Amino acid sequence: MRFRRVIGQSLMAALLCAAVPLACAQDGAATKEEKDATIQEIERYREMIADGNPAELYELRGEEMWKTPRGPKKATLQGCDLGLGPGVVKGAYAKLPRFFADTGKVQDLESRLVSCMVNLQGMNEAEVIARPFGQDAYKSDLEALVAYVVGQSKGVTIAPPLEHAKEKEAYALGKRMFLYRAGPYDFSCATCHSENGRRIRLQDLPNLTTHIGASRAYATWPAYRVSQGEFRSMQWRMNDCFRQQRFPEPGYGSEVVTALISYLAQMASGSPYEGPGIKR
Amino acid sequence: MKRHALAALLCGLGLAGCATMDDGAAEKRLVEILKRDFHEKGIAKLDRLDQDAVQQSCTKFNNNPPHGGPGGIDRLEAEQMAAIKWPADGKFIGDWKNGEKLAQDGRGMTWTDKAGAPAGGNCYNCHQLAPKELSFGTIGPSLYHYGKSRGNSPEVQKYTFGKIFNAKAYNLCTNMPRFGYHGVLTEAQIKDLVALLLDPASPVNN
Repeated sequence: MRFRRVIGQSLMAALLCAAVPLACAQDGAATKEEKDATIQEIERYREMIADGNPAELYELRGEEMWKTPRGPKKATLQGCDLGLGPGVVKGAYAKLPRFFADTGKVQDLESRLVSCMVNLQGMNEAEVIARPFGQDAYKSDLEALVAYVVGQSKGVTIAPPLEHAKEKEAYALGKRMFLYRAGPYDFSCATCHSENGRRIRLQDLPNLTTHIGASRAYATWPAYRVSQGEFRSMQWRMNDCFRQQRFPEPGYGSEVVTALISYLAQMASGSPYEGPGIKR
Repeated sequence: MKRHALAALLCGLGLAGCATMDDGAAEKRLVEILKRDFHEKGIAKLDRLDQDAVQQSCTKFNNNPPHGGPGGIDRLEAEQMAAIKWPADGKFIGDWKNGEKLAQDGRGMTWTDKAGAPAGGNCYNCHQLAPKELSFGTIGPSLYHYGKSRGNSPEVQKYTFGKIFNAKAYNLCTNMPRFGYHGVLTEAQIKDLVALLLDPASPVNN
């Protein structure tokens, strides 16, 4: 807890500055001292990251969970096929979402993990997805597993397949969802994420309709979220976007969320995966 | 072939809609999936997934609908304009100090907001307003010196009230929410925001 608080306070300011350098200056006409201070803050932030991302704690927990026999079948997840064959974790995340013949569906990492926990370990699906996101003292098993798996794709080129008809369908559905305006604020994803250089308050918004913008976001999620003291998955990221879009809540690992993730992954395809990241 | 070529030409020139039959089917399929994959939470019910005519047209034409026709800009903007509820007392200006508090407040309408709790204006999320607030968004234009540059005439007051009440009446596919139309803000709250923008004493104009 102490670790979380200290990191939280010092990183918050640095992260804001790193995300939006100009925001740290007093106004548009920042003095040289202010600019130097901003650069120093960014350097300090980079050093802190180099020192270690708290996501590592989640990766370790996830790895242990992956290798420990669990569930009614007392099985490990080492037989789980994430797309590159049973038990292959290295580089698997960078090739997701993809079509899986055994489930007949396009799956992202999280919906695939749920399939493995249900099919290999004999867990109950409703129970597995009942609380997918950690909060306060409650820690999510899925978030830890996600941290472990994505960490094994660090530096690997993002290249999810777009060959199977269902993969193309998911991409098209995600793209359509991205533009769908509804709710009491008339927002779509595109309202906030289709122009360069925009921000909400001081938070900069990636333009997810460009390869560069999508890469910046996709390559650095999932991530440790300093302001929440939690590791956050991609499904969480989508969930909280929908909350702020003033939509109802999407089902965890549902087709529409997986489709959105497919769209983002395809937009980011070709860039190296750099996660797990660290965010304000 | 001829008809396709003509459609493509009209579509390219922006004279006719570019949506196709396939588009309609895909849109219908998306709505079915949304209804299946989302569930209500708190105040955010499933009816929020249903599009009204404005949302539907702006989605279908990627925020650039044609002017004519039932889903066109002209008719829909006129409908939105007619739906604005103008203040019965004919006054548009409230208290800019309340307006500043509202502009700062980004709460409202999410599934974590409580039913009946007053919403904020969310203004600083997207706009620069008073110069001392450095934490402002840039999705919308800067509103610093909004009143200073436009004056405080009755026409400007009415336009500003109307724009906050229903921005879609003036620019159909604008990113800006319809705060009065959707019942996010009350008439009194909107007047306070008009004051923040137009009152000569407001920090926005100083």
